[in-house]
Amino acid sequence: MRIFVCIKQVPDTETKIKIKPDGTGIETAGIKWVMNPYDEFAVEEALKIREAGKATNVTVLSVGPKARVSEALRTALAMGADDAIVIDSNDELDQYATAKALAAAIKAEGEFKIILTGKLAIDDNASAVSQMLAEMLGVPHATVVSKLTVEAENLVAEREVEGGTREVIQLQMPALIAANKGLNLPRYASLPGIMKAKKKTIKEVALASLQVSTADVKIKFNQYQMPADKPAVKMLAGDAAAQAAELTRLLREEAKVI
Amino acid sequence: MSDVFVFCEFANGQLKKGSLELLTAAQKAGGKIRAIALGSGAKSLGAQLGANGADEIFVGDDASFDKYNPELFATAVADVLQKNNAGVVLASSTSLGRDLFPRVAAKLGAATISDCTDLDLSGGNTKVRRPMYSGKCSAAVELNAPTKIVLMRANQLPVAPANAGKTPQVQTVAAPSANFKTLIKDIVKGTSEKLDLTEANIIVSGGRGLKEAANFKVLEELAEVLGATVGASRAVVDAGWVPHTMQVGQTGKTVAPTLYIAAGISGAIQHLAGMSGAKVIVAINKDANAPIFQKATYGIVGDALEIVPLLTQEFKKLLQH
Repeated sequence: MRIFVCIKQVPDTETKIKIKPDGTGIETAGIKWVMNPYDEFAVEEALKIREAGKATNVTVLSVGPKARVSEALRTALAMGADDAIVIDSNDELDQYATAKALAAAIKAEGEFKIILTGKLAIDDNASAVSQMLAEMLGVPHATVVSKLTVEAENLVAEREVEGGTREVIQLQMPALIAANKGLNLPRYASLPGIMKAKKKTIKEVALASLQVSTADVKIKFNQYQMPADKPAVKMLAGDAAAQAAELTRLLREEAKVI
Repeated sequence: MSDVFVFCEFANGQLKKGSLELLTAAQKAGGKIRAIALGSGAKSLGAQLGANGADEIFVGDDASFDKYNPELFATAVADVLQKNNAGVVLASSTSLGRDLFPRVAAKLGAATISDCTDLDLSGGNTKVRRPMYSGKCSAAVELNAPTKIVLMRANQLPVAPANAGKTPQVQTVAAPSANFKTLIKDIVKGTSEKLDLTEANIIVSGGRGLKEAANFKVLEELAEVLGATVGASRAVVDAGWVPHTMQVGQTGKTVAPTLYIAAGISGAIQHLAGMSGAKVIVAINKDANAPIFQKATYGIVGDALEIVPLLTQEFKKLLQH
């Protein structure tokens, strides 16, 4: 049984964002690219399922410029994934086109039981590719999953919804699971793992061979802006009690939020 | 003039505030407003929906819709949108909306985007903006498909007084009976009756400055008085003090309340990204150089454990009058 894990490469969370002068996007020079943090939980879960003897092979996939994105795939291979597929694209694909490319690539690979993804990518926070991919492959999905059990025919997932409420949802395999933080503790790539990863294959797939092009793109981001400068902070003076009283007054009379 | 579909969420017979905001925003488009409401009791929302401008309502007053099953909901909603040639569709960027609409969009070949904070439908346009990189910057969104599904964050748009006085036409949405592969086995209600962080109007958040997990109770007391939801920084989530559901920031929740009180949070870039959309920010921190003060509206240099209980007392006095 094969598991596919779809990952995205994103700017590290420490990145200071700079916008291109024409506002069409962000400056990418100098950015440190990492595997999307939520995708690490997806990779880890796939490895755990394989180690428990419930899967034979873990394949990681990613869409993007192949030279750059292959680094994120190498990280997953170093963690222990068996092989990888890079769908080479220099174009800005949106969630729909990305899901379409992933669906076509997975279909071309043949049978699978489980697809794992991160619940969202921390660059655009769209949380759309996973559900679109599930729909395009005709399989059920569960997002924001913090606990997963693999049974013979089904997956049982615990997912977090609003206000601390949790749902227990059963999916008939094949199925897609989008991981939340808390699902597991992702392992670090070991040195032997990193050495082994160098020998593992990353298969290249051209976007065109998947019948996906920029014509499939339905969403475009433009007119990027930095947040408006906030007025300087008003620091309160006096002892603790005076500060508390003054803050309460300001929130009511000046900010009018209480 | 264009018709707008509004997917409405409700609880205890009342439309959620986010849905009221969407109904108000839809009025600007100048066309018909067509609301969708699914779940037991949806039929009784007719008067509320009419008062808020709905001309037509698609009602699935059926217990099958009481538990959110992604396949079932996606099938039902996509069917309504397709049969009615939906153009603009508005929904709230809630946990349900975010899970559901990408699946609906994939069925329809529609454009969809979550987490929007600005929306203007006047003049037949669909002008949308949203935060990017968890609020480190923002961008306009171009939706290039006949059906455009916009998921709006709550608390971003005004609610017009309910006086449209319309009696909406009612269409029935039957629960699809296909052989779905998803089964909702159990729903474990959270202990908190509070609004989710993403919907909360006031958030009080704590960080390492609270010194230990047990001290979160001083924040809970303040939250109780303010009707606020309690959040946390990544540091204390990783330390196991509070669950990840409470984490605000780039790997937690991106929030945009009216008031955000950060107690004992220094303000790592990932945290600032998640909360800088708040209208008014109060920072309480011992370190006068903490980055959180650069984003704050009001700052207090001091020990959060000393200041927060004093604030609780002050707000109690104020709000009892």
